[in-house]
Amino acid sequence: MLTSVFAVMLYMATLVMAAGLGHRIWLYATTPAPLKIPTMPAPTTRGGVVLRMLSEVVVFRSLFKANKWIWLFGWVFHAALALVVMRHLRYFLQPVPEAIVLIQPFGVLAGIAMVAALVALWARRLLVPRIRYISSPSDHLMLVLLLAIGASGLAMKFWAHTDIVAAKAFCLGLVYLDWQPLPADPALLVHLTLVAVLMLIFPFSKLLHAPGVFFSPSRNQADDSRERRHVPPVRLEAVPR
Amino acid sequence: MAAEQSKFDPVADGRGDPLEMPRLACGAMAASKPYVATPAHQQALGFPGELVEDWQDKAIARLGELLEESRSLRVYLDACVRCGACTDKCHYFLGTGDPNNMPVARQNLLRKIYRRYFTLSGKLFPWLVGAEDLTKDVLEEWYSYFHQCSQCRRCSVFCPYGVDTAEISMAARDIMDSIGLGQKYSNEIIGKVFNIGNNLGLQPKALKATLAGLEEDIEEETGVPVRLPLDEKGATILLVTPSADFFASPHMEGLIGYAKVLHESGVSWTLSTQASEAANFGMFVGSQDAMQKIALRIRKAAQDLGVKRIVFGECGHAWRVAYSFLDTLAGPFDFLDRNYPVPQHICEFTHDLIQQGKLRFDKSKNDEFRLTFHDSCNVARASRMGREPGGQFEIPRAVLRAVCNHFFDMAPDTIRESTLCCGGGGGLLTDELMDLRLKGAMPRMRALREVAEEHGVTHMAAICAICKAQFSKVLPQYGFEMDAIVSVHQMVSNALVLTGSRQEAELDGKAEVALQEA
Ligand code: SF4
Ligand code: SF4
Repeated sequence: MLTSVFAVMLYMATLVMAAGLGHRIWLYATTPAPLKIPTMPAPTTRGGVVLRMLSEVVVFRSLFKANKWIWLFGWVFHAALALVVMRHLRYFLQPVPEAIVLIQPFGVLAGIAMVAALVALWARRLLVPRIRYISSPSDHLMLVLLLAIGASGLAMKFWAHTDIVAAKAFCLGLVYLDWQPLPADPALLVHLTLVAVLMLIFPFSKLLHAPGVFFSPSRNQADDSRERRHVPPVRLEAVPR
Repeated sequence: MAAEQSKFDPVADGRGDPLEMPRLACGAMAASKPYVATPAHQQALGFPGELVEDWQDKAIARLGELLEESRSLRVYLDACVRCGACTDKCHYFLGTGDPNNMPVARQNLLRKIYRRYFTLSGKLFPWLVGAEDLTKDVLEEWYSYFHQCSQCRRCSVFCPYGVDTAEISMAARDIMDSIGLGQKYSNEIIGKVFNIGNNLGLQPKALKATLAGLEEDIEEETGVPVRLPLDEKGATILLVTPSADFFASPHMEGLIGYAKVLHESGVSWTLSTQASEAANFGMFVGSQDAMQKIALRIRKAAQDLGVKRIVFGECGHAWRVAYSFLDTLAGPFDFLDRNYPVPQHICEFTHDLIQQGKLRFDKSKNDEFRLTFHDSCNVARASRMGREPGGQFEIPRAVLRAVCNHFFDMAPDTIRESTLCCGGGGGLLTDELMDLRLKGAMPRMRALREVAEEHGVTHMAAICAICKAQFSKVLPQYGFEMDAIVSVHQMVSNALVLTGSRQEAELDGKAEVALQEA
């Protein structure tokens, strides 16, 4: 029973997230960008744009220019999250690739760093008046959710050890559509439920910044309007073509 | 706290760290609103004369249309994570402390409506995600705070997703126009461009007389008959310049500079009555239609006159529209000479001649000026000059250094891509917004004060008609001279030694000969 409930819940969450994100990305991709609006100075070539985008996505270049604290906490959170997600691949892959084995100990450190960074981000949101002013309840709750996911994960590592082998069997079972019993550990159940919630709200929340950044015209357009004519697909009927 | 704000004293508050964080003063600027456009001004642009009956529905429908038409709007409304990186980047927030002038808070005024009517979370749990119904109060807030954004894009530089509040403000103004709540200043001006050809409503006859007067002045000063041709068919270059260049100071001194440079280049050129305005306020009100209609005048003028090149004078947002949008809105310009950039900025033109060694300068003529340079937002963050990214910073500075001996930059985090708005851009250069303009200029005035004290800077050069007009107004309030703002080409004009001029003769030690000739 427990196994089926969680299996169905996780399938549903995955489905909603994939479909929701797909729809959103489709919208972003098909909505026209009528005018050239890169924030200058901007690269003049497509290659340059790729580099600019990489610098934003990998090292948060603009955020670094803006505010060193937000950058530090934000970057540590995202980098740690990436490591933690990679570490979790071991529950879904058999045999576990060499690289994933290698990062296991770093994954744990990353988990701790992630929780610390989230605490710092939330502290800023609560304590800095201007950031408190712009925060809606969902902005706080998002941090709480991520914190709870991180904390329940760390709890399983350090205190309430769960049956890792059984947990892995359950995960692999999900992947191969051959369900295996899920250990009834409270920490694990909480962890999985919260992850499902996160996946569910992904396409309806500010988590859309993840696909959004790639479609931001101020960042993904090249500065070449004098060299290449930008012809918008809609409106501007009077434009001679 | 609102009371504290009203004690704003430019002389005292004009000193200190330009980027100093203000204390939050909730609602301090809620009452700042520009005059509402009259029915006549509205209807001339095809907008409803006054607030329509079912304005809520109409506004929401218009927002829906814009979401379909503009990727930037859609992505920006979704992507913001309220990280706060932009909160202290707006000069209007720095100057007023009103939290609604923090870029993200300004966006949220539109975002809360977007969420309420266009997102699942906002339809189901409005209180959770900060979604709100579109009420009269919200509309009042929109009218107030979307007219406290100069669309300078400073926030966009620092946002991790490039969220550009200017795009949001333009959309909000477009929506307000579409329900009959327009801004008088901008819409009246757009009407004048449609009817007369320029923002000031300057008639062709007056324009002709002005140009003739300038020709006389230049000849008197230099002894060289420099012409300022109007509507001359067959000229090579069409010069399109903001109409303020025809009558205001220091704009006009800049126009004299262009004329001298163009004369010295030997390339024939002309102004046009039809396109006697570079400015394009269609951008400020977010109306692509108006923007296109204004842009097409320039194409038409170029075709009618049979020119081969288009050069733009010193104007910030005009250069954005010219550089980034003109080809899209009014191109293709295949009838022009593609060996030259289409369009070209007058600073690029002058800089090229300097590089080729074709201009001779007597820098000492500018020795009374200890200069700094104000990067205008739209040039800095929305366009380029030259071949390399960042040319928009280097080229005007290179021109200034070529014509004067004393040049000092302001603090690095207040110039170039981080430049601070003059406080009057984006359609806010109107008297009833003087309080906002004064406070919005504070960060720039502080940066200027710093170099004035450290390096004895006396003058600030700019390449934007709005910046020049705004600074002429606010500089005296901050304890500077009104004429501390100068045009870049005014400095060029001062130092340029025209071939065959009295100055040339003097310089070559032939003063006596020159005197006899005179
Ligand atoms: S910097 Fe960008 S993401 Fe952060 S609060 Fe401002 S607009 Fe939102
Ligand atoms: S575009 Fe400029 S004026 Fe508008 S919110 Fe951003 S920083 Fe402020």
